[in-house]
Amino acid sequence: MSEIFMIMFAAILTENFIFAKFYGICPFLGVSDKPSTALGMGMAVTFVMTISSAATWAVYYLILAPLGLEYLKTIAFILVIASLVQFIEMFLRKNIPSLYSALGIYLPLITTNCAVLGSALVNIQEGYNFFESVVFGFSAAIGFTMAIVVFAGVRERLVLADPPKAFRGYPILLIAAAMVAMAFSGFAGMDFTR
Amino acid sequence: MKAILLPVLIFLVLGAAMGALLAVASRVFAVKKDERAEEILACLPGANCGGCGFTGCAAFAKAVSDGEASPTGCSVGGAEAAEKIGAIMGVEVGGMVKMRAQVMCSGTSEFARKKYIYEGVPDCVAASKIGGSDKLCPNGCIGLGTCVAACPADAIKVEMGVAAVDYTKCIGCGVCTNACPRGIIQLVPFDAKHWVGCKSEDSGKKVRQYCDVGCIACKLCAKNCPEKAISIENHLAVIDYSKCTGCDVCVSKCPRKIIWSGEQQGKLGLVIARIPEDALKEVE
Repeated sequence: MSEIFMIMFAAILTENFIFAKFYGICPFLGVSDKPSTALGMGMAVTFVMTISSAATWAVYYLILAPLGLEYLKTIAFILVIASLVQFIEMFLRKNIPSLYSALGIYLPLITTNCAVLGSALVNIQEGYNFFESVVFGFSAAIGFTMAIVVFAGVRERLVLADPPKAFRGYPILLIAAAMVAMAFSGFAGMDFTR
Repeated sequence: MKAILLPVLIFLVLGAAMGALLAVASRVFAVKKDERAEEILACLPGANCGGCGFTGCAAFAKAVSDGEASPTGCSVGGAEAAEKIGAIMGVEVGGMVKMRAQVMCSGTSEFARKKYIYEGVPDCVAASKIGGSDKLCPNGCIGLGTCVAACPADAIKVEMGVAAVDYTKCIGCGVCTNACPRGIIQLVPFDAKHWVGCKSEDSGKKVRQYCDVGCIACKLCAKNCPEKAISIENHLAVIDYSKCTGCDVCVSKCPRKIIWSGEQQGKLGLVIARIPEDALKEVE
């Protein structure tokens, strides 16, 4: 059981996808202008990452590994994740319209997101079993959500700041992101095994 | 050979399986779409200005087809779009008047007095949080251009501390009326002939203290209007645009010179704001 909690805490804090591994920087900068949209994006990522962790684990260990095709995992995962998200989108639209409209535009946006693919690849790299993979995917996405929502709060303040002309827009955004990432590096020394 | 054939085969099967899954899903989970929504969308200007209160033209079209919004909701498309949408929806659409935005304030920096010098963030909302902005008048234009930033048609400019709408560019979407923290931008009929350039609801005594060009509710315009189109509501003259004939009587009677008049110019029938020059001199 402590193994599972270790994976969760590491995925959320010490190995945070955005601030420690720098996965998913594109949605992190793209949809973090308001906490509400950031939360929507985070929810969609959580949803997709959890499900894709399960699906890619199955594809890797049931199809690729027995045939000795491990080296093709990246392309296989992209294929599986993209079609899976498409499938889920259709399913939600028919059966759970409220969730469909809540996740809205974010769902198709993250089909080929590197954070989603990254979580699938890390699962294989670390040799997680099925349950651990799902927990890792879920917690990594929670870490992603936390990071993007926290940064959306920072960005709301940035709007009111008056930086020099050369820094306006993305430059100051990247500097702010770097500072938040540095703050997060404080978690790096924490060891959850003890 | 096997090293190449096997992966190709596996991926063909995997791809085909995924494709089949999606093909089946698109049939099983097909959602019936309202065709009218797309027809309505084709009638709309497609500016996605948000003036209707929905997130874009597509959302508005869907709301209309669902019966949640009125076919006349799009002020940009105006009567033409409303008529077409009405035809699609099978309802009669009454005459729809083309609107334009009008800033109801004449208090430029030389006429309206200030209580302090504001040097904060150049944004009306921010300024209005600090003692209700630097202008003494609680209903005066703050002039920091929140409406300028909000306008999707780039039709607003701030001149001499008061926002002014360029009617040649205004699409009448009403986004600025919601953006203004003071609520002093109003939509008026495009061919409104006169309008009161003030939104102050304070008594005449107070208005005299903070602005040279504020409505003091003297009722001269209301008494002299031959069409009885002007009434005084909350210490402010209000013109009923449907009754106004543009006779200019109120313009000449107003002691504060804040009843503005528009004139038709050229074949386009554009309304250009004009304030009589001699009236300005008198105030000075």
